[in-house]
Amino acid sequence: MGPVVQLRKGAESSRELAHLSDEALLALIARDDELALAELYRRLGSLAYGLAFRILRDDALAQDAVQEAFLGVWRAADRFVAERAKPSTWVLTLVHRRAVDLVRREERRRADPLDTESESAGTVSDQAEHVAERDAVRQALRQLPPEQREAIELAYYGGYTQSELAERLGQPLGTIKSRMFTGLSRLRDVLENAEGDPVSRLREPEPG
Amino acid sequence: MNDGSLHELSAAYALDALDDADRRSFEAHLAGCPRCREDVASFRETAAALARDAEPLAPPEALERRILTAARSERSVLPLRQRWVVPAAGIAAVAAAVAIGLGIWGIRLSDSLDRERSAHARDARVIAILSQSGARQIPTKGGSGLLVVAPTRRAVLVANGLTPAGPGKTYEAWVVDGKIARPAGLFHGGAGSKVVELTEPVGPGATVGVTVEKAGGSKTPTGGMVLRATA
Repeated sequence: MGPVVQLRKGAESSRELAHLSDEALLALIARDDELALAELYRRLGSLAYGLAFRILRDDALAQDAVQEAFLGVWRAADRFVAERAKPSTWVLTLVHRRAVDLVRREERRRADPLDTESESAGTVSDQAEHVAERDAVRQALRQLPPEQREAIELAYYGGYTQSELAERLGQPLGTIKSRMFTGLSRLRDVLENAEGDPVSRLREPEPG
Repeated sequence: MNDGSLHELSAAYALDALDDADRRSFEAHLAGCPRCREDVASFRETAAALARDAEPLAPPEALERRILTAARSERSVLPLRQRWVVPAAGIAAVAAAVAIGLGIWGIRLSDSLDRERSAHARDARVIAILSQSGARQIPTKGGSGLLVVAPTRRAVLVANGLTPAGPGKTYEAWVVDGKIARPAGLFHGGAGSKVVELTEPVGPGATVGVTVEKAGGSKTPTGGMVLRATA
């Protein structure tokens, strides 16, 4: 961590930053605090890199996506409004956007994006809250009608646009649009109520 | 495209599943549609939950240093903190940053209900200018900011961190062409960035400048330029 500490202008140590919320870190980053950026990266780097790698299946490209996202945070932290979104959501949104830009540019979709089992090497064992959240998401996804789940997963993890999906799946564009919207709405409702019992709150899938 | 199908695009937008043309037209729509902004904000959270479904992976150790080094070099190369000047990322990044500034990214319904219709229309015009292909970005001199000029000559001035103009005063933007300075909009300073849609077109070689004037503005600039950029 030597080089990181050298970047620090002030006297505070990274240990002090560990107590701060993500929002507070962003406020410091907006004031050019490099150590706050380092702390945010330590908190979210594995999530960010895991997401980028899942989309890109390539270490160098995934690193590029993560780097661009964190530099985006560095450039725009002063216009982040905490009431409007979680900092981690903002970071992951930036990572995702950059990753799908790259995957489209590279046309590198080597593996089926729905295959999640192939890159388990190097997985970090993370905090229990993340594991619980992941379980909730997986459970919610499983409850979607298969064609809605497919549209969402191919778009989000595969980087396909809805027009590309219509072509790939041999469906009219309007069908893909409504699968995406209905599926994501349903997922949102389930996850927003997930503190209770996610499965019992799930709406019944529409027929067809 | 009718309104109903535009609303439906909020899901694909949050999943980054729109192609460039659709994304631009949806963003223009978003600026004037509180319902879609609310949908996008909540769909972003849902999408982030999908992100957390990807297995976290420890990134290579060198990446942290690369990011911090790059971050530091941006600040030292740009001592005026011209964060809007992002050579590699181009207009999309600027538009995205401005979208955040306008609160289009992740806004909540309670906020959007308070916003006025005219503000939405202005936001839509600003986004349209910023997202036009071929729009040029010119960093300002004498202060931190950016002038964005679309091929149509419509222009937006972004001024960062101007001190408040003071009681009875206002900032006034000018488009200076040869010897003629035309008033192009009034605005207040203050913390953060000001996004000013110029009321006058900006032709090639014209200079956009900002002066401090008495409240209500002047017909010709009386003070010195606190900020300027030449198209």
